[in-house]
Amino acid sequence: MDYDVLIIGAGMSGLAAGIRLAYYGKKVCIVEKHYRVGGLNSFYNLEGHKFDVGLHAMTNYVPKGVKLAPLPKLLRQLKLEAEDFGLCPQRMSVIKFPDKTLRFNNEFDFFVQEVVDNFPRQADNFQKLLKTILEYDELNLYAKLISAREVVSSIISDPLLSNMIFCPLMFYGNAQENDMEFGQFVIMFKSIFCEGFARPRAGVRQILDVLVKKYKACGGELKMRCAVTNLKCANGKIESILLENGEVLTADRILSSAGYVETMKLLNGYDSSKFNCHVGQLSFVEFILILNKEPAEMGYNTTIAFYNNSDRFDYRKPDDLVDVSSGVICCPNNFQFENPLPEGMIRITNLANFDLWDRLGEEEYKAQKAVCLEATLKEVVKFASDFRDSIIFTDIFTPKTIHRFTGRINGAVYGTPNKTKTGRTHLDNLFICGTDQGFLGIVGAMLSGISMANLHVLQKV
Amino acid sequence: MTKEQIKDTILEIIAQIIPDEDLSNLKGDIPIREQVELDSMDFLDIIMELRKRYGIEVPEDDYIHLATLDSSAAYLEPRMREL
Repeated sequence: MDYDVLIIGAGMSGLAAGIRLAYYGKKVCIVEKHYRVGGLNSFYNLEGHKFDVGLHAMTNYVPKGVKLAPLPKLLRQLKLEAEDFGLCPQRMSVIKFPDKTLRFNNEFDFFVQEVVDNFPRQADNFQKLLKTILEYDELNLYAKLISAREVVSSIISDPLLSNMIFCPLMFYGNAQENDMEFGQFVIMFKSIFCEGFARPRAGVRQILDVLVKKYKACGGELKMRCAVTNLKCANGKIESILLENGEVLTADRILSSAGYVETMKLLNGYDSSKFNCHVGQLSFVEFILILNKEPAEMGYNTTIAFYNNSDRFDYRKPDDLVDVSSGVICCPNNFQFENPLPEGMIRITNLANFDLWDRLGEEEYKAQKAVCLEATLKEVVKFASDFRDSIIFTDIFTPKTIHRFTGRINGAVYGTPNKTKTGRTHLDNLFICGTDQGFLGIVGAMLSGISMANLHVLQKV
Repeated sequence: MTKEQIKDTILEIIAQIIPDEDLSNLKGDIPIREQVELDSMDFLDIIMELRKRYGIEVPEDDYIHLATLDSSAAYLEPRMREL
């Protein structure tokens, strides 16, 4: 079959790119190797419980009527209505360090006041930081890369405040150890603090359902359980695409959301020495607890808590299986839903080491999951309610699980630290979208697919 | 189409892209993006919509001709005259 555009991967970015292209009459095919759409933001069922992977909350939430923000921008581009995702805003989130707590909700002024109340001597500096953030053009694909740690520490003189600001931004969208590219910092700052969190009642399923339906209604083709095994190139272009089932496809252009190195590995004549330095290292383990009651019944109303148990904040690949000294505690129940969710749930996310998990034998792997769960719970109850007696079911996924289902090297959910912002590769008709292009988060991923489809396909006559 | 009809078509396309915006006072000789909240992605959709509806291809270098309603009509008239 011959297509105008072939998209590798039916995650948020691939589906969003597909909608744009199909809507404007391109003959598009998305190939997805899994039997389920979503990629890094997907879902599964286990023993009657429904679980999400990835999405804790959708960032970038703004109420209907706000026009100049990423969420409405993406809705307009995808020809969707604000109601389609069914987003319900959060209640209250927190950043908790041993001696300080900063609360934030979807009202930015509230967060500014929290910073001023807790760090009165940093009030002026914080205003300066806000000015720097608001004046920065984070969407410029050609901007010089600068260190966010350098920029922030040159303005904020209290390292504790600086660490508390970095903590959520890094956990929710940073591929780099200990530092962050300033453009990415600005994107995350706006998406989490200036805008905010929301969640569809049905979780990530609702967003994916809307995207798949729209894509198909526009005439797009979606091939599931259909891995690409080889991209055959000649004369600086991809000439054909070989699928696992033996089928050979051709396309004028290819957009890949599989990851940069992951895509390069599909090329015939792939030379690992050229690409290996770009692999991401950061991965996570997630502990999902089903509770026999709503967390609110235990007095726990926090939507998302970002915790760190010392004044130092290390965001890096840990030397052990899991680093429980910092993490994210997400309570999917604590959004402003009209009707409560069917069961109480807590999700705990910690940094984890792919190599160590990957090395374990089957029995040891299982045993270590239980050991790590106990360790993280012991830490987490210092920052949230003690819900240990209410747990009726647990599931745990590790970097190894993420690698198995998404094909991401090292289970690196935020991909490589060296983003390909323009999406261009050394091949004329192969482009990168999604995580490794550089806009992270759910809204970021969709905007990545949209902007790469616009830039490399629709704007070309 | 006449130039007036082309302008109406473009207004209708803009209304479809940003339905909440009031377009009734849009001036023909002032850049559209200075008068309504239309970002570069929305602007691209005007061009995409022209392609989708009428098969008109506007190369990237010519996007500048679509800055105002008047300049759009002048640029598009030779291609839309027969429609």
